[in-house]
Amino acid sequence: MRSRVLPIAISLVGVCLVGLLVYGVTARSASRTLDEALADGQRPAAPQAARTLPVLNGSPPDTGDSLAAYRGKVVVLNFWASWCVPCQDEAPLLERAQSSLRGHGGTVLGVTYLDASPDSERFVGEQHITYPSLRDTTGEFAHAYGTDQLPESFVIDRAGHIVAISRGEIEKGFLNKAIKLAETTS
Amino acid sequence: MRTRTSSAEGFARLLMAVAGAAILALLASPTAPALGASATTAPVQAVQEAPRGAHARARAKTSLPAIERRVMCVTCKIPLMVADSEQASREREYIKGLISEGKTEAQVESALVGQYGPAVLALPKASGFDLAAYMVPLAAVIGLAGVLMLLLPRWRTRARVQAGKQTDTPTLGAADAARLDADLARFER
Repeated sequence: MRSRVLPIAISLVGVCLVGLLVYGVTARSASRTLDEALADGQRPAAPQAARTLPVLNGSPPDTGDSLAAYRGKVVVLNFWASWCVPCQDEAPLLERAQSSLRGHGGTVLGVTYLDASPDSERFVGEQHITYPSLRDTTGEFAHAYGTDQLPESFVIDRAGHIVAISRGEIEKGFLNKAIKLAETTS
Repeated sequence: MRTRTSSAEGFARLLMAVAGAAILALLASPTAPALGASATTAPVQAVQEAPRGAHARARAKTSLPAIERRVMCVTCKIPLMVADSEQASREREYIKGLISEGKTEAQVESALVGQYGPAVLALPKASGFDLAAYMVPLAAVIGLAGVLMLLLPRWRTRARVQAGKQTDTPTLGAADAARLDADLARFER
């Protein structure tokens, strides 16, 4: 009996280590829960809407804002960074969408991720961006949306529900269709 | 032999005591950012408590290579010291700016975390799931010491028994002894 104790103990330790590895990998990998919910025809609530994030170019500098503050508006939530080349490519399209949305009581809301604020501010100036941007300084907000690559955009209706997701550079046709869907469903 | 066995057990107990003390030290220091980082951050803490003149001298020692070793290039996911990309250059410029402002290593790291998040740190945090990065190797060492503590006495006993078997003189039967004597007598003739 005693001779079995050691192999059993070693096996248990091995199982625990594998479990830890699996947990670590799954907990850190990007979640696709929102995409799956949308594919099932649901309208999932935008996660962490009440979370306050620092405003890029905020005045005073520690000004914070949250997605919840835009409730009642159609929001195109766009994750971007100054080092991301596709983000530069899609910036003019998002700026045009902002001009259009502003007339309908909506907005594009940028969220910078893994980007230093001086670089982000330079990007805003170079791309002539007029829509507001928040800074996800911990990466937790982006993680809640399953964002681990940039750019990614989430179109949110007036009730705060996600109606469309674009992972990668956003396309004009997709954006126009998603905004129309958000305006009609809420 | 008994002395050897007890010294092996003593060594294993010593290992466990050292590992236990390390765990207690880790848990008792909530300000320590990481076990591996404590060795490098200690001088900075000492600087913060030192007189103003010493502080100014130590501040001058904050250098880009020292910071580069402890932070990551956030887009390439490799340590900044080996990264060669546009983003790595931007991070270096940002760090240089902070150093030129007279920031200490701890302040530079804190500013980097404020800009890029905890992902910029090369060493995992000593809290939450990241604590496993420190605890698992420690637990493995303790486990290995425990296994050795269990197995070493058994192996020694087994080796001693086998050595005893090999040195025992085989006994000769009466018939074989008589035949051997006869053979020897025949050769001597």
